[in-house]
Amino acid sequence: MELFAMTAHELSEKIKNKEVTSQEVTTSVFQRIDAVEPKVKAYVTLLKENAFKQAEAIDQKIKAGEPTGALAGIPIAIKDNMNLKGAKCTCSSKILSNFISPYNATIIDLLKKQDMVFIGKTNMDEFAMGSSTETSYFGKTYNPWNLETIPGGSSGGSAASVSADEAIMALGSDTGGSIRQPASCCGIVGLKPTYGRVSRFGLVAFASSLDQIGPLTKDVQDSALLMNAIAAYDQNDSTSVNIPAPDYTKSLVKDLTGLKIGIPKEYFVAGMDKEVEQSVREAIKLLEKQGAKIMEISLPHTEYCLAVYYILAPSEASANLARYDGVKYGYRTPDAKDLLEQYEKTRGEGFGPEVKRRIMLGTYALSSGYYDAYYLKAQKVRTLIKNDFEEAFKHVDAIVTPTAPTAAFKIGEKTDNPLQMYLSDIFTISVNLAGIPALSMPCGFTKNRMPIGLQIMAKHFAEETIFKVAYAYEQNTDWHKEKPKL
Amino acid sequence: MNYEAVIGLEVHAQLKTKSKIFCGCSTQFGAEPNTQTCPVCIGMPGVLPVLNKTAIEYIIKTSLALNCRVNPMSRFARKQYFYPDLPKNYQISQYEQPVSEHGYLDVQVDGNTKRLGITRIHLEEDAGKLLHEVGSRQIDGSYVDLNRTGVPLMEIVSEPDMRTPQEAYAYLTALKSVLEYLDVSDCNMEEGSLRCDANVSIRPIGQKEFGTKAEVKNMNSFKGVQKALEYEIERQIKATEDGERIVQETRLWDADKEMTFSMRSKEEAHDYRYFPEPDLVPVVVEEKWLAEIKQALPELSEQKKERFIKEYHLPDYDAGVLTADRTISEYFENTVKGYANPKAASNWIMVELLAQLNAANKNITESLITPVHLRMLLELIDKGTISGKIAKTVFEEMFISGKMPEIVVKEKGLVQISDEGAIAKVIEEVLTANAKSVEEYKAGKTAAMNFLLGQVMKKTQGKANPGVVNKILKEKLI
Repeated sequence: MELFAMTAHELSEKIKNKEVTSQEVTTSVFQRIDAVEPKVKAYVTLLKENAFKQAEAIDQKIKAGEPTGALAGIPIAIKDNMNLKGAKCTCSSKILSNFISPYNATIIDLLKKQDMVFIGKTNMDEFAMGSSTETSYFGKTYNPWNLETIPGGSSGGSAASVSADEAIMALGSDTGGSIRQPASCCGIVGLKPTYGRVSRFGLVAFASSLDQIGPLTKDVQDSALLMNAIAAYDQNDSTSVNIPAPDYTKSLVKDLTGLKIGIPKEYFVAGMDKEVEQSVREAIKLLEKQGAKIMEISLPHTEYCLAVYYILAPSEASANLARYDGVKYGYRTPDAKDLLEQYEKTRGEGFGPEVKRRIMLGTYALSSGYYDAYYLKAQKVRTLIKNDFEEAFKHVDAIVTPTAPTAAFKIGEKTDNPLQMYLSDIFTISVNLAGIPALSMPCGFTKNRMPIGLQIMAKHFAEETIFKVAYAYEQNTDWHKEKPKL
Repeated sequence: MNYEAVIGLEVHAQLKTKSKIFCGCSTQFGAEPNTQTCPVCIGMPGVLPVLNKTAIEYIIKTSLALNCRVNPMSRFARKQYFYPDLPKNYQISQYEQPVSEHGYLDVQVDGNTKRLGITRIHLEEDAGKLLHEVGSRQIDGSYVDLNRTGVPLMEIVSEPDMRTPQEAYAYLTALKSVLEYLDVSDCNMEEGSLRCDANVSIRPIGQKEFGTKAEVKNMNSFKGVQKALEYEIERQIKATEDGERIVQETRLWDADKEMTFSMRSKEEAHDYRYFPEPDLVPVVVEEKWLAEIKQALPELSEQKKERFIKEYHLPDYDAGVLTADRTISEYFENTVKGYANPKAASNWIMVELLAQLNAANKNITESLITPVHLRMLLELIDKGTISGKIAKTVFEEMFISGKMPEIVVKEKGLVQISDEGAIAKVIEEVLTANAKSVEEYKAGKTAAMNFLLGQVMKKTQGKANPGVVNKILKEKLI
C-alpha cells in the first residue's frame, strides 16, 4: 500500500521503527495531492515548503534518538479557520483573503508539540456557515466518492482531504455538524468533542457557545490518537474545562457487554431516506450482537433544535463577525468616501450571501424589542434540549442515530434553498446545543456507492464511551477500509 | 415658577491594574501608539478574552467602600456598535448582571451631610483612541491608537439624587477621594482615567415625576461638570418658560464657549443589541473571597478624620483638610511620627505647604520637602534654634532646593540669637540711637515699643530670639 493511503497509527509505527521517514510520508502525501487535488480541490493553501522543513527537522530528531510525540512526522491538514502563524487564514472568505495569522491557535501549538507536519489549510464554507462547502470564496470542494456531489460542510475540505488520501488526518470545527456531516458524506470518522474539551483559542469564531474543534480521520484509532494530542485545558480559553484528559486509546476495546444504547424515536421518522435508515438499523443490530443493550428513548424537544440553532448561532455570529470592517486587517473596499461607506462597502463586498443572511438574522434576533421573543426564548428552549439529553443519559450510556438525513447530495442542489440546506444538519445540531460529544463513522453505502454515516453520542466528557462503541463497530465492519476511486 | 434640577452621574474610572482586562498588555499611559497591544486586544480573528482577576478585586473593593451589594454572580455582555477605536466592534461590558448594586455615598454640602444613592457598578473594557493629528501636524484621515483598548474601566452609576450642580461637584470630589484611598484608580480627568457624564432634567418644585432628561458629555474637570450642569439647567428652564418641549438627547459640553450643544436625539440613539458574552464564564464571588477583600479594605477618609481628631487632638477643620486626600493624610502621619506637636505640623502643612504646592501646581507626593525634613524644621523651632519667622524663610528655601533644614540654617547663618548679653548689647545701641522713641514710650505711647523691637530684629537680621528681646527691652525701658 502507498504511504499516503495508510492511517496515522500505521505510519507512526513505521516512523518510530525507522522503516520510513516523515519526509518520505510527506513526499507521498504531496504526490497524492499533485495527482488528485485538481479534481477534489480540498485545500485553500498548501504549505509544501514549510511541511518539508518540518518533516526534515522531525526526522533528525528521530535519528538523534530524541523523544518525539505520539504522532511525530504525520502530515495533518488544518481547516482554514484556525490560526497558524505565518500562514493565510481566510475562513474561505474574501474579507480575510489576504489575512496572515500573527499567532498560533492553541491546538497548533499542541500539534507542534506532537511533532506533526502541517500540509496546508483546507477549504470550508465561508466562516463555517454551510453544509456543502459551496459558499467558499475560493470555489467548491468535490466529494472524492463522486465529483458531482458535495463533500458536506462546513469542514468539507478537511473531510475530502482525508477521504482522498491528500492528508493522513485533519482538523475540522463543528458548530452544528460541520465535522460530522462532512465525515458522513466522505466516509470517514469525525468527532465533535464535548464543548470545553478542546481549546477554541485561535479558532475563528462563528458561534462561540457552539464551536468546537475535532479530528477527521481514516479510522477510530486515529481519532483517539488525535484527541490525545488536542484535548487539554487551556487558560487562554475561559470556556475550556479544567478536567484532565484521559488516554483515549485505552477505550479502544471491542467489548460492549452491559453497555446501554438509546435509539431516539424522534430521529427515525416516517419519510426518512430508506437507505440511510436501513444502514443505521443494521449497525444497531451489530452493536446489539456485540453485547450492547438497545433501548428506545425519547428526546422530546428535538423538533425545536433547528429553530433554536438558527436564532442562537446567527446571533453570536452577528457580533463575532463585526470585527471584519477593513480598518485593521483583511479586505478593505478601494473606494469609500467616508467611514460609514467604508464599513458598508467593505462588508458588502467582502462577505458572501450566506454569511450576510446569517448576520442579518442574528442582528434582527438581538434587536431591541425582538430580543425576548427570539434570543431569550431560544436560550430557554436550548435548556430544555439539554435537559432532554441529561434525562436520557440517566438511562443509557450512548445514543445512536444517523448522522445526516441523506448521503451527499448533488452540487448546486440546495444552494437556492437555504432551508433545505439547513435541514442537512437536522440530526447533528442538538449535540452542539447540548454541548455533548458525538462521532460520525461510516456504516454503509447507498446503491450509488455514496457513504452513509452513523452518529454516536454520549454525555459530557464521555468521549471514551463513544470510542468504545465506535471501535467495537469498526472492528466488526470494513466500511472504513473502502476507498473512493479517483 | 420655581424649578429644581434632578441630576444623576455616570462616572467611568480606569482601574490601575498593571495589565489590561482581558490580556497581558501593559496599561501604562503615554506610550508610543500601538506599542501596548497584542492579538487579543486588537481583535484579531480567533482570539478569546481571559478576565484579569485583579480588576474584579478592585471593583469589589470599590463596591464595598460605596456600600453596594456585591452580586454573588455577575456576567459580561457584548455591547455592539461600530467605531474604529473599538477593534471587535463590540465592547465587552456588563448589562443585566453587574458586579454590584444598591449602594450610597455620603457627601458634605454646605455643612450638611447628604446621602446619594449608587445604582450599580460594573466592569468593562476601554476603547482605543482616534488621532486626527500627529504632534501639531494635521494628517489625512484618522489614525487609530489601540494602547488604551482593553484597559479595565469601572462604571459607577448614581441614582438621580442630586438637586444642584454643587451636589454633583461634592459627589465627584467624595467619589474621587474614595477611589484614591482604595488606590484603585489614578482619577486623572485630564489623562482620561476618570470621565463623567451627567443626566439632568428639571421639574417644578413639588412635582414628583421626573422631567425629560438630557445626557451631557465631554466635561474634562469637576468644575467643568458643575459649570455644564449650571448651564444646562438654565437652558432647560429658559426653554420650558419659552414654551418649548425638552427633548431627550445627548448634548456635548463646549468648555471654551461654556455651552452645551445637541449631539444626537433619542431617535438616533444606538440599539446596542446587548447579549451575554459567550466567551467568558460568569464571575462568581464567593463569600470567603468577599470577606477577605472586606478585611483588607483600607481606612477611608471619614474614618481617618475621626481617628485624627481622637489620636492627634486636631480640630475638626484640620482633620477634614488633612484627610480629604489620601496622600496628604499620609504626609501628615509621616511628619508627626515621633513628634509631639501634631497641631504645629497640621498648621505648617495646611497653611504653608499646601499653599506653596498649589502655587507651584504640584501634588504633595512631588514635594521636595519630605515629611522627615518638615519634622526636622519643626524641631528646630521647638528647640529655639530658629524663630517661627526665620522658619518660613528656611521653608521657602527647602521647598525649592529640597535641602535639609539644618543645612539651610547653617548656609544662611540663620541660627537664632538667644544669648542675653549679646541681645542686651544690641538693645543698648538701638535705645541710644532712638532716644525719641524711648521718650514717646515713656510718655505712654506703647506703640513705640513695637518700633524699637523691630529695630532690634532688623539689626540682628531677624535672628534675635523675639521672646528674649521682648523681655530685656521691657526691663530696660522701665
